[in-house]
Amino acid sequence: MHLLALDHSFFGLAPWVVLIPIIGLLLNILVGKRLGEKGSGAIATLAVGGPFAIAVTMALALLGQPEGATVPFVQWIHIGSLQADWAFKVDTLSVTMMLVVSGVGTLIHLYAIGYMHSDVRHNGDPGRFPRFFVYLNLFIAAMMILVSADNYLMLFVGWEGVGLCSYLLIGFWFEKGSGGIANAKAAKKAFVANRVGDFGLLIALFILFATFGTFNFGDIFANVGRAAPPVLLAITLFMLLGVAGKSAQIPLYVWLPDAMAGPTPVSALIHAATMVTAGVYLVARSSALFMAAPTAQLVVTWVGALTALFAATIAVGQNDIKKVLAYSTISQLGFMVAAVGMGAFVAGMFHLVTHAFFKALLFLAAGSVILGMEHGQEKAEKGHEHGYSELDPQDMRNMGGLREKMPVTFWVYLIGALALSGIAPLAGFFSKDEILAAAIQNNLAVFIILLIAAFLTAFYMGRQLLLVFFGKGRSQAANQARENPALITLPLIVLAVLSALGGILNFPGLNWMEKWLDPAFKNLIPGQFILAVAAGSLAVALLGLGTAWVFYSTRKTLALPGQPDPLARILGPIYKGMEHKWWIDELYQAVIINPYQELAKFLAQSFDQGLIDGIANGLGRLTAGLSKTWATLQNGYVRRYALSILAGLVVILGYLILRG
Amino acid sequence: MEPIIYYLALSVILFSMGVVGVLVRRNAIVIFMCLEMMFNAANLAFMAFASYYQALDGQMFVFFVMTVAAAEVAVGLALMVAIFRAKKSIDVDQMSSLKG
Repeated sequence: MHLLALDHSFFGLAPWVVLIPIIGLLLNILVGKRLGEKGSGAIATLAVGGPFAIAVTMALALLGQPEGATVPFVQWIHIGSLQADWAFKVDTLSVTMMLVVSGVGTLIHLYAIGYMHSDVRHNGDPGRFPRFFVYLNLFIAAMMILVSADNYLMLFVGWEGVGLCSYLLIGFWFEKGSGGIANAKAAKKAFVANRVGDFGLLIALFILFATFGTFNFGDIFANVGRAAPPVLLAITLFMLLGVAGKSAQIPLYVWLPDAMAGPTPVSALIHAATMVTAGVYLVARSSALFMAAPTAQLVVTWVGALTALFAATIAVGQNDIKKVLAYSTISQLGFMVAAVGMGAFVAGMFHLVTHAFFKALLFLAAGSVILGMEHGQEKAEKGHEHGYSELDPQDMRNMGGLREKMPVTFWVYLIGALALSGIAPLAGFFSKDEILAAAIQNNLAVFIILLIAAFLTAFYMGRQLLLVFFGKGRSQAANQARENPALITLPLIVLAVLSALGGILNFPGLNWMEKWLDPAFKNLIPGQFILAVAAGSLAVALLGLGTAWVFYSTRKTLALPGQPDPLARILGPIYKGMEHKWWIDELYQAVIINPYQELAKFLAQSFDQGLIDGIANGLGRLTAGLSKTWATLQNGYVRRYALSILAGLVVILGYLILRG
Repeated sequence: MEPIIYYLALSVILFSMGVVGVLVRRNAIVIFMCLEMMFNAANLAFMAFASYYQALDGQMFVFFVMTVAAAEVAVGLALMVAIFRAKKSIDVDQMSSLKG
């Protein structure tokens, strides 16, 4: 390995991982429309491929100098004791994130060229094509700032930047969606939910500065021992709020399913592989803080585990192909958060990397399925089938039998689904197994919860595979679907290979990733491979897939429109709860949003307009009234004035005489 | 000389008659006449004190008062003529346009 190591001077390339995407987006803003779709897409993809090459170079340089380095870039804030500069922290953890973001990002950019070509035409605005890539490049730049920051303030800049790009991209088709505003509302929901999390992170930053006097990672982690435990607990719990917002944990996960309103490459890149992992990265980066606050670690672990189980139950009852994957993402993020909460940072990061591979793959493949369905829909409409424009191309109940129509998509989807379910020897098996092994050593209750979540994961993925690809097509759109061109399928194949072979990254015994990440963490507990746990998780996964086969593999499944899901007959009201996402959105609407809007209405009308304006206007009216009263003194009669002069004279003289 | 109180009493009576006249009468010229009466009352008081205290200052001041009174009447009568040209009347109650 060390033969490949490069000189540490290559660390100096670090600033380019942010600058190249920015150059790309500026080019697309200025000349994007003139370059056509291929040109604008090529610029954007190169603007992400460049950082990938740089990340690879820096990774090779890290082989020779594993502690990494800090590359100063721009002087930013120097006010009194607050010194925060923009410097790039090049170490194994940040370069891992850079590789994932830029690597998966490049593949997704490539895919997006083909996908958006169809999408802008399907939505009727071909001119909007370059804007998509501007936003995507802006996202990559912000994410790179986040992962390469060497202080919490810069991390927060990137944190906010990715939240902004998420808003812009979810609401890309801002005038579409039900009622003409559903997409815009979904974008707003994402932004507001993230804001609640950002509030938590900000409070944590304030406490950090008040306690340590600096935002720099190195300075803070070196002095953790000097802070009082309650202070560390407060910092870490507020950070957890930020993680819950960005990484879609309970109670702030509600924005992620709605975020599926964005185009599929957005769902793949931002809401599966990269942005949502920023929370996991934050906890991993702040490992020193969390290891010093065991209560916070417990809370993080439980939040992650409960989210994993809760979201998995909802995924079982969903009918939209992307919503299943969205809840699956929330569930898998729960796994990662639980892992880093238990102190198993390598397991969490390993799962982050493998999840990026197979979740991006699944989303992109789902996009391919949707494109195929839309194509079938258009063909069916041309064949004078009425009402097919109302058919939802994303509803799995309208699909079926796509295995024959879209073979490449089927095979890559199968690989992705099996990887997610945790079937050996695909990547997901190794990473999920490492988390479960850490759980059984740490907290038995959490282990059981995660195991149940793993079972449900396999079950809903099996359900999805059977509903989409097997059986007979349940609509004309499904029957007339066709495979997509190479620009779409090639990234899928690459990601499938990565999903299949990704387990090598931290294969038990070789433990490459553990050795790679070791310099970035202090006192890393080595992961263990427990054969019983591995066998058990594999058995659970196979059980999940088998159960799905039992329910969904008959030819008659959902064959007639309006036929209830086979699971509904058995579970009854529980299935209804799963389908309606346990009515959490309605709960939030009733308990939080409606009272807040009532309060806002009250403050705006009764208080602001009534009281405050009343006081301001009332003062004016009072002055006017008083003036009118006094004005009657001046009636224009000279004799009255003369009398008042006399009266005043009498008073003054009287006073002077009587005084003394 | 009689006790000074007689002169002062006369001065006060003249002055108050003048004040009442200024306040009550509506004809502008009559108001000026009452004003003259007030001036004369003041002059009388000045002279009485000047004689009582054997000080010439009081008598000098009477000269000033008379001069000012003359000047004032000149200006005032010119004003009245101008107003009469505009309003065809010198009733002070009709000169009340400057009201609030």
